[in-house]
Amino acid sequence: MISNLAWIFFSTLLINNFTLAMFLGLCPFFGVTSKVDTGWRLGAANTFVLVITSISAWALNTYVLTSAPYLRTIAFIVVIASMVQIVEMIIKKTLPTLFRELGIYLPLITTNCAILGLALFQTTRKYNLVEGIFFAFGAGLGLTLALSLMASIRERMDVADVPVVAKRMGLVMVIASCLSMAFMGFAGMGSG
Amino acid sequence: MTTDTVVAADAAEPIVPGAPPPGPLWLDFWRGIAQDNPVMIQMLGLCPSMAVSNSLANGIGMSAAVIFVLVMSSVLVSSLRKVIPNEVRLASYILIIATFVTISDLVMQAYFPLLSNTLGPFVPLIVVNCIILGRAEAFAGKVKPLRAAVDALGMGVGFTVALCSIAAFREVVGNGTLLGYHLFGLNYEPWVFMIMPPGGFLTMGLGFLFMGWWGERKKAKLAEVTA
Repeated sequence: MISNLAWIFFSTLLINNFTLAMFLGLCPFFGVTSKVDTGWRLGAANTFVLVITSISAWALNTYVLTSAPYLRTIAFIVVIASMVQIVEMIIKKTLPTLFRELGIYLPLITTNCAILGLALFQTTRKYNLVEGIFFAFGAGLGLTLALSLMASIRERMDVADVPVVAKRMGLVMVIASCLSMAFMGFAGMGSG
Repeated sequence: MTTDTVVAADAAEPIVPGAPPPGPLWLDFWRGIAQDNPVMIQMLGLCPSMAVSNSLANGIGMSAAVIFVLVMSSVLVSSLRKVIPNEVRLASYILIIATFVTISDLVMQAYFPLLSNTLGPFVPLIVVNCIILGRAEAFAGKVKPLRAAVDALGMGVGFTVALCSIAAFREVVGNGTLLGYHLFGLNYEPWVFMIMPPGGFLTMGLGFLFMGWWGERKKAKLAEVTA
């Protein structure tokens, strides 16, 4: 049981990292990774929403969607959007400082494919509630890790002498490729 | 949340703020393929362009689904643009998009089970593809259905061109095949790296680097001419 949960957590965190191995949540990965601070804050907010999404997706799958599985996509996106709205209102009321720091990123989490992707993968893999929560934590921390790694590299890139041709997205993509290659090294962990 | 641009609801002549300027239809179509290409210029929809571009067949299947969803939802959004209240427009757009995504997912499962299996959750994930919501918000919600359809078709074709060229490159280099046919004979040692995740990032990176080089060269030539 414990080893199964640990396996789900670490395989999602490192081997099947949502951003670097499965291409989920690339918009924030390329869009808001110019500073380390915002990078890990956004990661933390994502982790929070991922865990809530995992719980609600499990509840939907177990109690509501059993009779109408074809409504899954619509149900998930509606629930995720309203969940993000609720989280936003709660944070605004209780932690106004954090709310100001997150700014526009919080509502944008709704359209982050990592969130809907998590709900869909959780469904196809038939995770139960506890497995789902570990899956969500692994995915969230994996996103945070990827965001902060990318942000710290880009902070260095700002002061480096980069050729004009690579100034925009090109170099960032190649760096992402190298990061992704490095994460492929973790695949060996599975056979150990 | 801040809707500063509240429009007076009378609007006999529908002049919507931020509406795209009128122009010939072919321009609406061409914009999506060339100067506003969703993937290469606007950098929207990057997730599917890398995740399912490891073979050309996947790319074609994905593009077909995206074109269908994009055109249908743009037409519906545009036809309902006077009915949908401004405050809940994004939620309504998402619901419309999710409906068409569900349709295409079910059709794919029924008629192309193999393709549907390989694409997996990336078909339902079209819901959160920023291209579609972006077109609904920036274009379809503000113009007549015909223009919305033409624009959506252009964007869809632009997405297809980008996705399929990435997919074709990755399949040829990474597997030595194109649509399953061996191109270089059986002695070709495939560059497997390219069909794995890092290859997706690298292909996009090379594409952007090439476009950067091309742009710089054009600029330099222009400077030479004017000087």
